[in-house]
Amino acid sequence: MAKADHTFGEIRLDRVSRGFDGVMALQDLDLTIRRGEFIALLGPSGCGKSTALNCLAGLLPLTGGSIWLDDRRIDELPPERRGFGMVFQNYALFPHMTVRRNIGFGLAMRGVPRHEADPRIDDAIRMVQLEAHVDKLPGQLSGGQQQRVAIARAIVVQPPLVLMDEPLSNLDARLRLDMRHEIRRIHNELGRSTVYVTHDQDEALSLADRIVVLRDGRVRQIGTPEELYARPAVLDVARFMGYRNVFEGRVEDGNADRAIVVRDGIRLTGTPRGALASGRASVAIRPEELIPGEDGPGAIPGVVESVEFIGREYAATALTRDGLLLHFRSHQRLSLDEPVHLRAAPERVLLFAAEESA
Amino acid sequence: MTSQTALSAPGAERPSLRRRLAAAGWDRTTLLVLPAAAFVVLLFIYPFAYGLVLSFQPMAGGVFANYAKFFSDPYLYDTIGTTMWLGLPATLVNMALALPIAFRVRHFRWQRILTTILVIPITLGTVLVAEGLLTYLGPQGWLNRTLIELGVIGSPVRLIHNYWGVFLSLVITGFPFVFLLTLSYVTGIDPALPQAAATLGAGPASRFRHIFLPLLVPGLAVAFCLAFVQAFSVFPSAVLLGAPAGPTRVISIAAYQAAFEQYDHSMASAIAMIMGAVQLVVVVAVLGARTLFYRGPMGSGKG
Repeated sequence: MAKADHTFGEIRLDRVSRGFDGVMALQDLDLTIRRGEFIALLGPSGCGKSTALNCLAGLLPLTGGSIWLDDRRIDELPPERRGFGMVFQNYALFPHMTVRRNIGFGLAMRGVPRHEADPRIDDAIRMVQLEAHVDKLPGQLSGGQQQRVAIARAIVVQPPLVLMDEPLSNLDARLRLDMRHEIRRIHNELGRSTVYVTHDQDEALSLADRIVVLRDGRVRQIGTPEELYARPAVLDVARFMGYRNVFEGRVEDGNADRAIVVRDGIRLTGTPRGALASGRASVAIRPEELIPGEDGPGAIPGVVESVEFIGREYAATALTRDGLLLHFRSHQRLSLDEPVHLRAAPERVLLFAAEESA
Repeated sequence: MTSQTALSAPGAERPSLRRRLAAAGWDRTTLLVLPAAAFVVLLFIYPFAYGLVLSFQPMAGGVFANYAKFFSDPYLYDTIGTTMWLGLPATLVNMALALPIAFRVRHFRWQRILTTILVIPITLGTVLVAEGLLTYLGPQGWLNRTLIELGVIGSPVRLIHNYWGVFLSLVITGFPFVFLLTLSYVTGIDPALPQAAATLGAGPASRFRHIFLPLLVPGLAVAFCLAFVQAFSVFPSAVLLGAPAGPTRVISIAAYQAAFEQYDHSMASAIAMIMGAVQLVVVVAVLGARTLFYRGPMGSGKG
């Protein structure tokens, strides 16, 4: 049946920029979205990720750069002529139309004849499991159901690219996990490209083939979830990827592979990320990779400050002698004020050139 | 068993009056509605009932003599058509003007300044507007003189003391009202809805037809009713700017003449009742048609 009328190789964003009253919300975004790829735009609020999505959809004109669908320039086309599907953060379901008419709206606008549209709408309804609700109005649906209508409405027209703007942020925690799997399943089933905006790194890590980390309108890093998780390029990205323990130290000795950082009573071996020119470095360690061990060289001495049971293990904090608060994990229950010696493998201690101290 | 009955015994007691009232939605806060209710009774329901009763006590003839007289005398019953012929087009023109302007102004940076300017005619009142238009639209007024200077017309166009004078004054005094209502309905629509329609392939015309219009119709119907009722009771401009003996002899003039020229308060009340009935018929018809459309929240999702 009406299979992919838009076959395309890639969508290319070339130095896409958008300013509002002289403030750059998005600056020089270069990105190539390959067919079938799932891209997550990740960053804190105000980082420009929604701006990027709206620029792609055609809802915001660019103030610089261009967007290409293969060799066709599309950044000057209005949204209705780009034909990308979009799932809005508040779903933006048409309140006066039934679920079925909402889902069929895109096909009706494209003038798809009834006998062809009906089976496609049925397919989409089945895909999001809303068979029982086709004649309801959006106001009669739960948040999760509305969200599925929004997805079905965006994909039924078989767009080359589906854009999703924090589609799970209005759902409760359990539903969010379920819908996450749904979204990935639908993406795999359709074989189309998806651009997904989120501020939740877990969502981005679990869903995306590639993640674009944005901050202050600029790209900080683009990479696979594995790359970003293990090898964040800059301190910002590390912070975002769960490196909760960040502190500064003096670089004592080192080369490109290993360096030693010293700070009052602490002497740590770590892995430099980039050149450590200044002689001072920011140390970043994930709580999960900092565990109590033997005293001796390379250990960070401290006393236990708080302990929380989080299921498989304990999340604890320790205070070092110079007042540094470190988050770590432990398999045993620790008592408060108990002395600990925290250790992390050198390849899991990341060193970044010291910026402005946080 | 015994202890259970003993425990449930206090619950079986009748709850206090205050609780029962509260359960039915009556608590002390509800009392705040009383002044307003008294106001409505004193200033609306009582005069209305008084007028209704008075209209059935004619100076001569049976109970329905006033109504029979009204509907048998074309000089009287024609006023309904005359008023309709002024009120309906003026209201429709206002709506037709207000809707596109509201769409344009919706994202306007100086929206507040513009709305302030548009509200001024409301604060001026109909008499002042009518007085102003009398000189502005008159044969020696700015409008005619400008048009003559520009060579658009050869001799002054007659715009006062006829239908057009009243019509223009109804448009000018009615527009801000319709516009403000329309603007609030238009801005009440979640901007994500037309955006979503656009990403689904709907151009500007389709977005208006399939998204804006169905969501606006219920609000526009209310705006129409309010504006129409206002226009239907036109009096000062019909006298000052119109031809109150002829083409703009509206129904309120007939009521005025009955009351203060013939001193027949019973007849005047009957005319007022007929006027109210006509307005009611139009309002009920329009609001009835509204139920054919969607009337829920104009946002989407959980808002």
